[in-house]
Amino acid sequence: MYALELRQLRKTYPSGVEALRGVDLSVKQGDFFALLGPNGAGKTTAIGIITSLVNKTAGDVSVFGYDLDRQREAAKACVGVVPQEFNLNFFEKCENILINQAGYYGVPRSVARRRAEKYLKALHLWDRRDQMSRTLSGGMKRRLMIARALIHKPRLLILDEPTAGVDIEIRRSMWDLMTRINEDGMTIILTTHYLHEAESFCRNIAIIDEGRIIENDTMVNVVRKLKREVFVLTLEESLKRAPDLPGYQVQLRNEHEIEVEVEQEQGLNALFQVISDRSLHVASMRTKSNRLEELFLRLVDDKEEQKNAARAAEPGHADGVSAARHSASVN
Amino acid sequence: MATAPPLTSPAPAAGINLWRINLVGLATIVRKEVHRIARIWVQTIVPPAITITLYFIIFGSLIGQRIGEMGGVPYTTFIAPGLIMMSVITNSFGNVVSSFFSGKLQLHLEEMLVSPLSFTTIITGYVIGGVVRGLAVAALVTVVASFFTDLSVARPLVTFSVVVLTAMVFSLAGLMNAIFAKNFDDISIIPTFFLTPLTYLGGVFFSISLLSPFWQNVSLANPILYMVNAFRYGMLGSSDIPIGTAYAIILTALVVLYVTVLVLLRRGTGIRS
Repeated sequence: MYALELRQLRKTYPSGVEALRGVDLSVKQGDFFALLGPNGAGKTTAIGIITSLVNKTAGDVSVFGYDLDRQREAAKACVGVVPQEFNLNFFEKCENILINQAGYYGVPRSVARRRAEKYLKALHLWDRRDQMSRTLSGGMKRRLMIARALIHKPRLLILDEPTAGVDIEIRRSMWDLMTRINEDGMTIILTTHYLHEAESFCRNIAIIDEGRIIENDTMVNVVRKLKREVFVLTLEESLKRAPDLPGYQVQLRNEHEIEVEVEQEQGLNALFQVISDRSLHVASMRTKSNRLEELFLRLVDDKEEQKNAARAAEPGHADGVSAARHSASVN
Repeated sequence: MATAPPLTSPAPAAGINLWRINLVGLATIVRKEVHRIARIWVQTIVPPAITITLYFIIFGSLIGQRIGEMGGVPYTTFIAPGLIMMSVITNSFGNVVSSFFSGKLQLHLEEMLVSPLSFTTIITGYVIGGVVRGLAVAALVTVVASFFTDLSVARPLVTFSVVVLTAMVFSLAGLMNAIFAKNFDDISIIPTFFLTPLTYLGGVFFSISLLSPFWQNVSLANPILYMVNAFRYGMLGSSDIPIGTAYAIILTALVVLYVTVLVLLRRGTGIRS
């Protein structure tokens, strides 16, 4: 049984916008799953349908085997969600928000109080428990929404941009908590624009663009598809121009830093050998950009190029333009 | 891309106790609503008391003394049940419309919508909240009224049942208004253009026997007339309309509004895109 299954999920808004165009997706129980895509790709619409906040146009959704159409309440009882937009009751105290949310899932008040304390402490909000949620900072509101999503101990936790606006220190402790609860068996689906977070924590990934899944595989396999990486090397020597490293494209960033493109099959040992042959000494090294980010951009860009190419190849496309020009010149 | 296997067969709903979820959920909604009424008591409880006090001073003490009797009782006594009912209608309606709509506007209604609570539970929770506020205001207005006239309750069961049923009807009406509302204008249109005129023309301040036969017949199309008169019957023992007809109309309104609201919520009208 899967934690989540989407079959031919479609959504067309009344405006005519097709947000989802037949999405198929399966998320295994206990997985830490990344659902990535550019803005407007359909991620939030898909999450909205899974959480019953958006009506689907067609397709099936199943949560731990519970069909969302036929066993809606049972399916919903399994899910906890942290939405992208703040949706807190601004005039309610933080602790009450959690206790009320627990109540909507049938958790008795005495149990809810204990859990609220646990999650508020884990997310560094215990001192704010008696404050109204509107007085919290953006990062605190985000953490409160995470605590609220966890309060009924869902089997599937959906995090839609959970770390937006959260500072680095707290973000780290948040991910520690997420890792712990995932190890305890909770399935987590994450959407984020911080792709290094997705790469660090998620085992499987789907990339959605224009309402279609364009990539769905394990994180290891997806990252392996990246054929080339760019590394930034800080050298102990001071350079005036880029050194000649046979077999590698090198650019000088500044007198101590160079960028080197490394093909996957070349490996790093060979690079260090070449550098050593040139009597250069590497003080430190880092990737220029996150690997997943690079792949993500390439996939989305490739798709855009394919679309443009298809558009250009349409028989009436060029003719249509020239006809319009002709018509304009005649008039 | 990995090929997705077919959907697994539906899991049994065992292990998830929907009855318990809905019972605890209902208690939670009611507690939240009552807490909201108490937290903003200056907005929810005090204004109706002040308004009704002014009505008693102006219509009861000042003008009422010149009017004399109506329906066989002093005018101040005659308007007391109507004014109590008016405050119940406006407050039960106002409570639900503002609470549900603010949840929509601030998006925190989603807390309930993503949960496994049934729509029946959500509706019941909001309706109980509306009834609680209606009864709280009614109690306060009754205390105020007792300073101006001698109040008695001729038929306690009728009085209580009519006030509760009416509060339920207008709580549901408020919920329906909030479902359709997209901005603050939308939640003030119904009270301003429908609720207030119908209440004023619903026999709060006069007996319809004062009207010409034509306007008496027109008045009979106003459901609030039946509620006010049924309540007056409960308190004073006299009414312009048969009490059975009043109950039939109130109960019909209750069922029609409940079914309509349930269908709207299930379809996602005003709450889902």
